[in-house]
Amino acid sequence: MVMTISPKRKLVNSLMLSLSAVCTVLVIGVLFFILGYLLYHGARSLNFQFFTSLPKPSGETGGGMANAIVGSFKVLLVATLIGVPLGFLAGVYLAEYSGKTFAFVLRYVIDLLNGVPSIVIGIVAYALVVRPMKHFSALAGGVALGIMMIPIAVRTTEEFLRAVPNALREGSLALGATKAKTIFSVVVPAAISGLISGLMLNLARVAGETAPLLFTALGNMFWSRGWTEPIATLPVMIYNYAIAPDEDLHQQAWAAGFVLLALVLAVNVTAKMIIMRGPAASRR
Amino acid sequence: MATPRQQLVNEADPPSTTPYEPPARDTSRCKLGVKDLSFYYGSFQALHNIGIDITRNKITAFIGPSGCGKSTFLRTMNRMNETVRNTRVEGEILLDGENILKMDVTDVRRRVGMVFQKSNPFPKTIFDNVAYGLRVNGVRNQSVVEEAVEKSLERAALWAEVKDKLNKPASALSGGQQQRLCIARALAVEPEVLLLDEPCSALDPIATRKIEDLLFEIKSLTTIVIVTHNMQQAARLADYTGFFLMGKLIEFDDTRKIFQNPSVKETEDYVTGRFG
Repeated sequence: MVMTISPKRKLVNSLMLSLSAVCTVLVIGVLFFILGYLLYHGARSLNFQFFTSLPKPSGETGGGMANAIVGSFKVLLVATLIGVPLGFLAGVYLAEYSGKTFAFVLRYVIDLLNGVPSIVIGIVAYALVVRPMKHFSALAGGVALGIMMIPIAVRTTEEFLRAVPNALREGSLALGATKAKTIFSVVVPAAISGLISGLMLNLARVAGETAPLLFTALGNMFWSRGWTEPIATLPVMIYNYAIAPDEDLHQQAWAAGFVLLALVLAVNVTAKMIIMRGPAASRR
Repeated sequence: MATPRQQLVNEADPPSTTPYEPPARDTSRCKLGVKDLSFYYGSFQALHNIGIDITRNKITAFIGPSGCGKSTFLRTMNRMNETVRNTRVEGEILLDGENILKMDVTDVRRRVGMVFQKSNPFPKTIFDNVAYGLRVNGVRNQSVVEEAVEKSLERAALWAEVKDKLNKPASALSGGQQQRLCIARALAVEPEVLLLDEPCSALDPIATRKIEDLLFEIKSLTTIVIVTHNMQQAARLADYTGFFLMGKLIEFDDTRKIFQNPSVKETEDYVTGRFG
């Protein structure tokens, strides 16, 4: 039997190839489209004032989001202080101490926690922090985001500690070091670049979360003093401005979106660079 | 057609001869006394009733084909095998008459040092690598640490090469230098016994020579036990040599005797290269 490739099959083949190529370009293009779109709409509001001034009262144009930029950093700091130590130490336990069965269960539970909708975590923080304290606060927002950081902190810690060659652990134990000393003096330093980049990716992931902040940090048109007052954050500011009936505020929301995205991208790229340079520096 | 090796392995019974039995104990010469030692990975018995006296300030070598248990045996002597899950040890290992299986494990490992097959410097500076053992054992005095680091590097024949770059990362050293650094690191805590698990298998002949020379130098300070798959190395280095096969210590004697006039047929087959 003579087999020939029919013209129809050739056509389908090239059609599929071009279709997947076009989709690939589109996927890559989405990021640049979003960046460009945000810049196009927000450019007019994106000036020095945007980073240094407070929001203007409604009706007036101009003003900035200095309080929201600082507020986002404050909430993220609280979140890091809560989520990272918890996640890191649980990750150490998972990688270095736990038996197979328990590790499996723990990993499964953490994956479930990772899947909890962010709005639900917001409600939990509301019930645990806002209700007892009787007002919204940076602390409450930080608790919400901190809980969200735990699963990734656990899994990245576990992953990067497991990547440390066992020979290093044995070398340390063979000198009479205890297991804890070995972990914190040899294993963790060997994995440090991975751990730091994991932390940065984790931060970048929660930096854009809006839902859990809506009824924990709430928002604020002024500077928020200390940690127990309602506080403005970039994502919530974008939400509030975007649904406001004012063209100037819409533009500021676009600008805030651009700033948030640029920050997240910068953190992401830095983390990826640390990871890429990390193994060569730590493995040898 | 079965090779002699396969015939041996296929035999249902262990090698026909009775395993080596140590002579009456002479405690003044014996640094490590091993009595009726068996070791299990799960249900697999990796060591069968090993009995041996390791002589103070001598080099003792263990040879044998891959998987014969010689590394496992070495790793029981500083209880390193305990880090492997689901293992079990029976018998006694006496360090100056005291059973290490009943001692504090960190204490055992400080007194019985170990150098591994692949050099494993910590991702720290050269200085901090050597100082690590001192620091984890509670030496805080910086001048004491510095002195010990220099002394250890000198004993490991590395001082001249690294004295100007003590604060450089250990990863900047060559493979042979890294292995000598690991020896210096082990020597820094002044172990009474130094276990070496095929320390030269990843090194070129020149680096190997340097390590063999330094082992000769330091045997006045410490008792050395080395596992090697290189029979020439055992013949060059060791005062005593033991031959392992399938988890049993087949023969243990003066190195010269093992290589020139072994009393057991399996030993002769192995050292003459008929298998393994």
